[in-house]
Amino acid sequence: MTTICVLYPDLLGTYGDGGNGLAMLERARRRGLDATLVRAGLNDEVPDADLYLLGGGEDGPQSLAADLLRRSSFASRVRDGAYVVAVCAGLQILGLTFCVEGNEEFEGLGLVDVVTSRGERRSVGELATRVGSQLLVGFENHGGRTTLHGAVEPFGTIVKGRGNDAKNDGYRTKNIWATYAHGPVLAMNPWFCDEVLATVTGQELEPLASVADLLYQERCRVLSS
Amino acid sequence: MGKSANLRDGVASAAVRAVNRISRMTGRGSGTVVGGRVGMKISPNLVTSLSRGRTVVLVSGTNGKTTTTSMIVAGWGVPVTTNQTGANMPAGHVAALVTSTSSQAALEVDEAWLPETLAKTRPRVVVLLNLSRDQLDRANEVRQMAERWRKALEVHNDPDVVVVANASDPLVVYAAEVAANVLWCDVPTTWLADAVSCPKCTLGISHVGSQWHCSCGFAKPTKITTVLGDELVIDDVTVALDLSIPGDFNRSNAAMALTALHSVGVELNEAVVRINAVQSVVGRFSVRRWNGHVLRLLLAKNPSGFEAMLATLANDSSDVWVAINARIADGRDPSWLYDVPFEKLRGHRVYCFGDRRLDLATRLDYAQVEFVIVEDDAQVPVSKETISLLANYTAFSDWLEKSEP
Ligand SMILES: [Zn+2]
Repeated sequence: MTTICVLYPDLLGTYGDGGNGLAMLERARRRGLDATLVRAGLNDEVPDADLYLLGGGEDGPQSLAADLLRRSSFASRVRDGAYVVAVCAGLQILGLTFCVEGNEEFEGLGLVDVVTSRGERRSVGELATRVGSQLLVGFENHGGRTTLHGAVEPFGTIVKGRGNDAKNDGYRTKNIWATYAHGPVLAMNPWFCDEVLATVTGQELEPLASVADLLYQERCRVLSS
Repeated sequence: MGKSANLRDGVASAAVRAVNRISRMTGRGSGTVVGGRVGMKISPNLVTSLSRGRTVVLVSGTNGKTTTTSMIVAGWGVPVTTNQTGANMPAGHVAALVTSTSSQAALEVDEAWLPETLAKTRPRVVVLLNLSRDQLDRANEVRQMAERWRKALEVHNDPDVVVVANASDPLVVYAAEVAANVLWCDVPTTWLADAVSCPKCTLGISHVGSQWHCSCGFAKPTKITTVLGDELVIDDVTVALDLSIPGDFNRSNAAMALTALHSVGVELNEAVVRINAVQSVVGRFSVRRWNGHVLRLLLAKNPSGFEAMLATLANDSSDVWVAINARIADGRDPSWLYDVPFEKLRGHRVYCFGDRRLDLATRLDYAQVEFVIVEDDAQVPVSKETISLLANYTAFSDWLEKSEP
C-alpha cells in the first residue's frame, strides 16, 4: 500500500494545495492501485508515508511549519528515501535558509542545497516551465528568489513567469520534486501526477484519460502562445 | 478649509456628476468609477469633504459586504447614500456621495482600501464582517490584511467610532481588539481555514464549539453585544429576524447590520421588519429567466462564499449550474476551486459554464461529482424546476445581463 501524506494543510494550504493530494489519490484509485491519503495537522506527529506533499503558505505559517518540521522526524524520513512534492513555501522550507516579509532570515531543513532570498518584487502570474519533453503549467504567487547551489538541478526551465530566478523553476533531486507552481499543480498536469505516482509506487502506469487532459491542453495552448 | 478648497470641491463634484451622466448616456457603463476618478484628480480630498456632516457607516470584509450594506440601507428607514454598484474603492465612494445630500451614508469598502477610507471619511460606524482567502493573486495574504486593519484602527483610535466586529473570526478580532469602542457580535462563521494559526504568535488556535483560544492568551472576546443562535439578541433585546433571502450567512450579515443601526439609534424592531423584507441584493438571490430556464442567481466569489452558498442548495438530486471566470475582477488564479468543498455536490449533476469551465470540471471530476461541460449554452435541456446558478464575480454579471426578470 502507498501512503500519501499532506503535511500541515492548516499551515501550508493557502492556494488550493489540497488539490494535489486529491488528484494523486484519485488517479491511483482509478487505476486500482492501493493508495491512502492522510493529512497531518500542526498538532500531529509526522506519520510514516511514502510520499509527502508540502504546499504554499503565508509568511507566519511558513516559518511555523519549518520549526515544526525541524523538530519532527520528517528530515530523517526524507534522507531515508521518502518522496516529497514541494510547492512554493514548501520548496523554500526544504532548503538551507529562506526569507519572509521584512527580510527576516529563517533556517530551512537543509535537505537541499538551495537558498531563498527576498525577490525585488513579488512573482504573481501564470507559470509555464519546460521539464524534459513536457510542459508544466500553473500559477505562481511568491516573493522568493531561489538560488541552487552545488549540483542541484532545476526542475524546469522557464517558458512563462519567474519561478526561481526567471530562468529556472524549482529543483529536482532523487526523491524530491519542487516547483513554484502552487496549489493544484498535480491536478492540472496529469503527466506530472503520473510521473510521481509511478516513481513512488515503482509501477508502470497505463494512460488514464480524464477531463484533466482537456484542461492541460487548454492551459498549454494559452501559456505557450 | 479655505475658500479655494471649497471651490475646488464644488468643481470636482460637478465634474463627477457630469462625467457620470455622459458615461451613462453613451452607454459605456454606469460611469460611477470614471466620474469618481475625475473628481479625485481635481480634488484629492473630495471624499473627506463629501463625508463631512454625514453619519457614515463603512462595511468591509471578504464576504457579505454588498448584502450587509444593502441591509443597513434598507433597515435605516431614511434616505441613505450608498455605492450599490459594487464600486467599493475611493472613486466609487466619491461617485456615490455626490449623487445625494442625505445625511446618512452606508459605504461598502474593499478590504485593502479600508485604512484609507477610515482616515478620509471619518465614519461613525465600521462593520468588520470576516476575513478569508480571496483573490490571493491581488491581495496576497489574508493575515497581512488583518495586520493593516489593526494598524489603521490603532491610528484612528477614536471612542466616537463604533467598530461592529465579528467575534467568531480570529482575524477580525485581531484587527478590532485595538479599537476604543467595539461592539462584538457572536455570529456563526463556518469558514475558519484561514484562522488556524494564531495571528499573534502563529501557534495553533483551538476551536471548541463556537469558542476559540490560543495558548498565548489570544481568545474570543467575552463581552458580547450581539448573539445570533436560533434567536437574535442585541443588547438584551430579542429581535424577530425572518429574512426573505436564503442562507444562514445572511442571518449573520443581518445581525451585524442591525447592530450597526442600533449603534446609531435606529429602533431595532422597526429596522428588522424592513430588513426581513429585502428580496434580493443587486440581482443576488434573484430568480431570473433565460432560454426557458428559471434560475436562482447566487454569487460566490471565494471558498468561504462558495461553502456558504453550497449549504443553501436543495438536499435533492436537482441539477446545479456553476459558472467560473478568472478575469481581473475575479482574480486570475482559479486554484481556490480546490479549497471549495465541491464534494458536497455529489448526487447532483453540475453544468459547467464560464471561461474556466474546464478548471471547474477537473475539480468536480476529482471530487467524484457528475459534470457536464457546456460548450454551447443552447444545448442545455430545459427543466421545470428552478435551477440554482452559482457564479463568481464577472460570471455573475454576465448571467445577470443575459437573463431576464
Ligand atoms: Zn497565539
